[in-house]
Amino acid sequence: MAVTSSGTATVTLPTDEQILITREFDAPRNLVFRAWTTPELVRRWWHANRGDVTVVEIDLRVGGRWRYAMVTEDGFEVAFHGEYREIVPDERIVATEVYEGLPEGVPEEEAVTTATFAERDGRTTVTLLVQHTSKAHRDGHIDSGMEAGLQDALDLLEQVAISLG
Amino acid sequence: MARAATTTDAFNAVAEPRRRAILDVLAGGERPVNDLVRVLGLAQPQVSKHLRVLREVGAVDVRGEGRQRLYRLNGHALKPIHDWVKAYERSWSERFDRLDAVLEELKQKEEGDGGDE
Repeated sequence: MAVTSSGTATVTLPTDEQILITREFDAPRNLVFRAWTTPELVRRWWHANRGDVTVVEIDLRVGGRWRYAMVTEDGFEVAFHGEYREIVPDERIVATEVYEGLPEGVPEEEAVTTATFAERDGRTTVTLLVQHTSKAHRDGHIDSGMEAGLQDALDLLEQVAISLG
Repeated sequence: MARAATTTDAFNAVAEPRRRAILDVLAGGERPVNDLVRVLGLAQPQVSKHLRVLREVGAVDVRGEGRQRLYRLNGHALKPIHDWVKAYERSWSERFDRLDAVLEELKQKEEGDGGDE
């Protein structure tokens, strides 16, 4: 089946604590919402071609927990969990998000992600806003990555990228 | 604090897609503003504004030559950040390409069901 890409994701940093990811999809938003919130469907896209998804737990109600985990091709496990704060079916999901693999001694950070699904002419724009608690948290992965060299930066980047799922 | 300045650090400076486009062009060599305007298809005031931001964070340098002002990339400090944002974007693009495939299948299923929900 030929599938054409609807475009690349756009990443911007609206404020010091935020990351904003935007992408348009050639599908109505009820389907995008379904693909975003159904575990067996999430398993098929969340890995971003970088490994195997091992856990997708979604308890889609306010106060419900979620947890995603995957093993990258080089055997590195990355996992995230959080809690749903607001759910408007087909429109909006607000959830907290904690990365489970921070180095020892680094306090956990609870970021807040807001996914918005907006439909126009049968196409859906997804915007994913990640609100960190500080600029240091947002940039922390990157700073350490720059010291360690580009390859490590890319590995860390992968962790961060995955954290937004 | 009301809206914090978002363009005063290198990270934010390269997070703006048009500024990244300028950096990409300058990566190919020194250019006058007019060249950037032509290559990027943006209005000159816009390009000048982005160049100002990039100069403030040290991402580009400028020098005068005759009547022209030539801009060039001062890329060493910026490259890791630039790479990071790009790679981050690429990672999400790959994830969303997979999602495209899932959505295509859902659409076909819905059509097959004749929308009998």
